[in-house]
Amino acid sequence: MSTRLKTGGRFTDGGAQLSFDFNGKKLKGVEGDTLASALLANDQMMVGRSFKYHRPRGIVASGGEEPNALFNMGGTDDFEPNQRATVTELFDGLKITSQNHWPSLEFDIGAINKHLSRFLPAGFYYKMFIHPRPLWKHVYEPFIRQSAGLGKAPRAQDRDPDTYEHFYHFTDVMVVGGGVAGLQAAYAAALTGVKVLLVEQTAHWGGRAPVDGGEVDGLPVGNYVDNLVAELSAMDNVTMRTRMMGAGVYDHGYVLGYERLRDHQPAEIGPRHRLWRIRAAQIVTATGAIERPLSFAGNDVPGVMLAGAVRDYAVNFGVSIGDRTVVVTNNDDAYRTAITLKGLGLDVPCIIDARAGGGGALAEDAKALGIRVENGKAIAKVKGTKRVTGVSLCVQAGEGAELEEIACDAVAMSGGWSPVVHLWSHCGGKLIWDEQQSHFRPDAERPPMGATGEGFVSVAGSANGHLQLAELIGDAHGAGLAAGRAAGGNAAKATIPEGAPTSENPVEPVWLMPQGAGIKLRSKTWLDYQNDVKVSDVQLAAQEGFESVEHAKRYTTLGMATDQGKLSNINGLAVLSDALGQPIPQTGTTTFRPPYTPISMGAIGGEARGKVFQPLRKTPLYEWSDTHGSDWEPVGAWRRPFAYLQPGESVHDAVNREVKNTRENLGLLDASTLGKLIVKGPDAGKFLDMLYTNMMSTLKVGKCRYGLMCSENGFLIDDGVVARLDEETFLCHTTTGGADTIHGHMEEWLQTEWWDWNVYVANVTEQFAQIAVVGPNARKVLEKLGGMDVSKEALAFMEWADGTIGGFDARVFRISFSGELSYEIAVPASQGLAFWEALIEAGEEFGAMPYGTETLHILRAEKGFIMIGDETDGTVIPQDLNLHWALSKKKEDYLGKRAHQRSHMADTDRWKLVGLETVDKSVLPDGAYAVEEGVNANGQRNMFGRVTSTYYSANLERGIAMGLVKNGPDRMGEVIEFPKTDGTIIKAKIVDPVIYDPEGAKQNV
Amino acid sequence: MSNAVSALQGAAFSDGIAEVRELGLRGMITLRGDLSDKKLIKAVKAVAGAMPEQRKIALKGDAGAAWMSLDELLLMVPHSDALGTVETLNSALNGTHFLAANVSDARAVFEVSGPYARDVMAKLAPVDFAPDAFEMGMFRRSRMAQVPAAFWMSDEDAFRVVCFRSVGEYMFDLLSVAAQTGSEVDVF
Repeated sequence: MSTRLKTGGRFTDGGAQLSFDFNGKKLKGVEGDTLASALLANDQMMVGRSFKYHRPRGIVASGGEEPNALFNMGGTDDFEPNQRATVTELFDGLKITSQNHWPSLEFDIGAINKHLSRFLPAGFYYKMFIHPRPLWKHVYEPFIRQSAGLGKAPRAQDRDPDTYEHFYHFTDVMVVGGGVAGLQAAYAAALTGVKVLLVEQTAHWGGRAPVDGGEVDGLPVGNYVDNLVAELSAMDNVTMRTRMMGAGVYDHGYVLGYERLRDHQPAEIGPRHRLWRIRAAQIVTATGAIERPLSFAGNDVPGVMLAGAVRDYAVNFGVSIGDRTVVVTNNDDAYRTAITLKGLGLDVPCIIDARAGGGGALAEDAKALGIRVENGKAIAKVKGTKRVTGVSLCVQAGEGAELEEIACDAVAMSGGWSPVVHLWSHCGGKLIWDEQQSHFRPDAERPPMGATGEGFVSVAGSANGHLQLAELIGDAHGAGLAAGRAAGGNAAKATIPEGAPTSENPVEPVWLMPQGAGIKLRSKTWLDYQNDVKVSDVQLAAQEGFESVEHAKRYTTLGMATDQGKLSNINGLAVLSDALGQPIPQTGTTTFRPPYTPISMGAIGGEARGKVFQPLRKTPLYEWSDTHGSDWEPVGAWRRPFAYLQPGESVHDAVNREVKNTRENLGLLDASTLGKLIVKGPDAGKFLDMLYTNMMSTLKVGKCRYGLMCSENGFLIDDGVVARLDEETFLCHTTTGGADTIHGHMEEWLQTEWWDWNVYVANVTEQFAQIAVVGPNARKVLEKLGGMDVSKEALAFMEWADGTIGGFDARVFRISFSGELSYEIAVPASQGLAFWEALIEAGEEFGAMPYGTETLHILRAEKGFIMIGDETDGTVIPQDLNLHWALSKKKEDYLGKRAHQRSHMADTDRWKLVGLETVDKSVLPDGAYAVEEGVNANGQRNMFGRVTSTYYSANLERGIAMGLVKNGPDRMGEVIEFPKTDGTIIKAKIVDPVIYDPEGAKQNV
Repeated sequence: MSNAVSALQGAAFSDGIAEVRELGLRGMITLRGDLSDKKLIKAVKAVAGAMPEQRKIALKGDAGAAWMSLDELLLMVPHSDALGTVETLNSALNGTHFLAANVSDARAVFEVSGPYARDVMAKLAPVDFAPDAFEMGMFRRSRMAQVPAAFWMSDEDAFRVVCFRSVGEYMFDLLSVAAQTGSEVDVF
């Protein structure tokens, strides 16, 4: 059984006692524990059920590579699935439940699957559930969803109470990994005088070195680490962060750092996670190495653990995995575990070394301690189901015939070490296969390249394949100096630290144990614990032709779980290579993608939640509208009143009232969002002639003109009224959505094509509050406020004038988008609210009421005015909308002119704008299609038109609509059919789109 | 006019690691033109006190001039002087190719101050705020979270932030969230 030792641990010594809740059980831990060490201290060997077969699973590792120990954590609002116990620091009151079991962890119905495993091989789902198709959706998928899946999704109604944030950081050198190599590299880089950022994903500096032992510069490595940390802390040019993972490396030295600020102290106030968005001139990855499991039958039974992890739990947390631990290995490092355990007074019944020649100096040490060592041997299989009870010994070269059974309650395995090459590889760093050490390591000749063609990522320490302290420390020192110099540092004089040399025998590749294991053993030999992929699955994939490692990965799901195959990838591709009969480098690796381990969605979102989820643009009248019944409508990032609801009114009622009131009395509209672009310069007229389809250079000062803008492909992109302010200056009104895009459009043409034209553009959209004063009483209210002559004689239709109204500085445009007598009045935004309130007050006797965007739409639709975004959708040209009159024939060129000559644009069969009058006076559905007999090549009903705008008109007391219909203008009076989604049909007569005041008499008074 | 109001009418937040305050109405003029032109430089000096270098802001009392792009400056004057300043520029630069526009009311202006003001700024703008990288007199036209913003230092531990008026509330909320208690980064 696993238990807490009296000897204590590096991280837990002196720690306060904490209590936590596991599946409703109260357990005790110690400050300094990880959740994993605390569970093990409580003899909680089994921590979950596997994904597919629901096999009992225990903790395998001690770090971010852990595949099994994932938990549902928290309660309701703070609930989070898939929390990895090995990297979760224990805190008082922590609450977890195990995942993927039903009804309980100890007794699980789904475990029946393991007896069916013969029928659930790789690709099973693809093969079995593909036919018949409907069964997938209705039978198979619900069943699989129920029986598979790891963590639960948070409930929809829960809200994460924590906050998150981003942080932008710039540094010369970033060192990822705070083990002895990372510390040394950071120190060396800092000596060159550059800024250094050093990050470590755990809470502790030093990594494995203090556990593994050794000497540097004559000091025990643990002391050497302490000295380095002290020196680095004292350097002004060094920033050090623990609990911060280098999550991903991207182009141009961009690195994401994932800092966990409150996971270990959730009661503290402040953001929980911080995502660092870092720019580094040079990046050094000192990310260490990960131990590989060995592939033998039953290597997933709780109690089978990586040898390094067994050592970590013993030394760092004072936790033993078992009283009797069998060590199985293909390299010398695992002997350290045996020696460590023996030193703690625990029993090591046997070290099983697959190498016929056995180990080096460490093996001699182990033997000297009286530990039995069996060379050339292997584990045939592990005994026990929910925990290890023993192993069956066999020869590695054979097929698994049992020589003897060795009783034990833990197995420490080591299949060698793989450098963590993820961050090196994220941005294109290449790998080489190291035959000697049987692992992939970074190829220094082919690093990720920066803009100058030079590498911007280097690698240090065991991440670089230097597994021995003596080599590693010098390598890291050199990498730090080189990075510092590459980032602009000075040559620094520093003595290279020296590690005490050790003598180890080389690792021997062991991809299957025993070498000749039969199918029965291979079917119980796990590669990927989290996704339940066995050696036999990968071999089957190879047999079925999945030769590419990427295909085999997806077919078997090897390495596709939340651990992304940190333990399984190399073993898996070695098995694949063997099955394909090709060397490992030829098989290659799958792609390493960021993040290194999962990061929280909260950290990615940063501060963007709640009221700052997205910027809302508000006009100066926003608050007033909000307190006067506004039913808000999003228009881009703006919020505009759709209608102003009076007490007891529905939206529909309010719109009808506003429509009638504006036609009969006086309506006020907040038109502030309309784009306002000042275009000035000697070439301004020429420039606008190119941008608009009609002529703008001939516009007289004091006059306004409606204009259309097309893209160079001829499609209508914007419209609006242009006012000429003086000889050189025009004010171009754009649509609300067009303010920024048309500004950009103008700048692009000026900067890239007509850079020699003397024109400047300024976007003054937000400088003004713009209010439309609309209706038969419009002039009366302005005359009442007084200050300037707004009579027809002084200010005719399509003219503008500067002046004051009611004491406000105003620019008044006599333009109308409603067909009524209308003034659009711009005042400085800071005075917008005061001006609006003055209009409301003065207008009371004239029936003034505010109106919203829906009334705006209805009024313009009654007049047959088009709306960009309704009548246009990026495929519509002015000719489709019968706007030929706005296409200048005099101008030699304008944007879109040539495009309009293309055959398809000039086609007479294009769908064209018409009015649509429903026979039964109902309202057509927006976007409805007009259909005719027959089907097209795709078997769809033939269509010849569609509704682009449709409303209920309170003035006409019926539905009104516009639409694009093939040859529409030639079909006046024809009744066409629009099927609805409920199967019924609406009949509509094709009519003139201009319904209200076709002569324009009402706006020109 | 006395009834002129800024976007947030002086809202303030002081319950966090830095103080955030809306500064009310400021006079601002967009000036586009040839920044090497002697006539323009003279006019800028006359209204704003000084001519800024590239990516810098030149401040003189209440007035100032900030470099916005190769052919654009942002001139700062008291709010009530803005229209008059445009008139002054129009007559001073008459005959040259330029554009002067009053944009005072299109803006909201904030101050972020306190020992952790740099931390707050660096959470929102992709700019190096290290003390040796961002100093008094520097000016950046960048973004803060999801909106365009420009900023400079008004004191050793104080920043001025300018954004569009319509997103003034978003900016205030954003700065307040970034200044929340317990969120010191402690790298500067």
